[in-house]
Amino acid sequence: MEKKNLKKLIDDLGFTCVANENLLDREVNSAYVSDLLSDVMGKAQPQMLWVTSQIHKNIVAVASLIELSAIVIVNERKPDEDMLKLAQEEGVVVLTSDNPAFETAGLLYNYLNTAP
Amino acid sequence: MHLQFEIEGGDFSAAGEASSEVKKTLKQLNIPPVLVRRIAVALYEAEVNVVAHAYRGVMEVDISGGGIYVKLKDKGPGIENIDRAMEEGFSTASDKVREMGFGAGMGLPNIKKNCDEMKLTSTPGVGTTLELTINF
Repeated sequence: MEKKNLKKLIDDLGFTCVANENLLDREVNSAYVSDLLSDVMGKAQPQMLWVTSQIHKNIVAVASLIELSAIVIVNERKPDEDMLKLAQEEGVVVLTSDNPAFETAGLLYNYLNTAP
Repeated sequence: MHLQFEIEGGDFSAAGEASSEVKKTLKQLNIPPVLVRRIAVALYEAEVNVVAHAYRGVMEVDISGGGIYVKLKDKGPGIENIDRAMEEGFSTASDKVREMGFGAGMGLPNIKKNCDEMKLTSTPGVGTTLELTINF
């Protein structure tokens, strides 16, 4: 099965890339939904998307350390310049979704579990 | 190889910098990714504990052919009851820290899960010392 990359995923699901548009060829295999950083640190696996409503800088460190594919910030929340600058430096892709967490996770679940 | 980092209590904007440096070094040394991940998770949680709870701390890292040994010594309020602190879900973090998604009471359990050896000692009112070993 052909793997899905971030570029195709954001086009198909209507997410917006706000940091590291040059890294959208990254593959995605699954996603993890949580606003607790230690939960993500302990359970999320490399190449996953992280769906969260947190927007502060520390989520960048978490995503970078465990090598997630991208962060998906939900609910039309917008991270500040400081956070985006760090994400650029660390090579962390940041996406935003206009939907709340439940709808965003539902979209991703269907998308990632369907053959391309 | 010996590395040393100063960690400032309360400075969330810098939290994770030491762990990130250690991770970069381990990658350069071609340590297997699974081990790098375990070390990165344990060190990040340990670093955040100092930022969230202590006044300041020093992280000393020794990397040899056999593994990594890390000693994180902080000056801070210390831990009254280590057994309780080790329980999943127990946390004394402030509301402000919890709002950021920290303080879920999963930090110390995450450290324990990812290390081969973990030693936590504390003197209330003075500080806490955490020692970790992960074998290569």
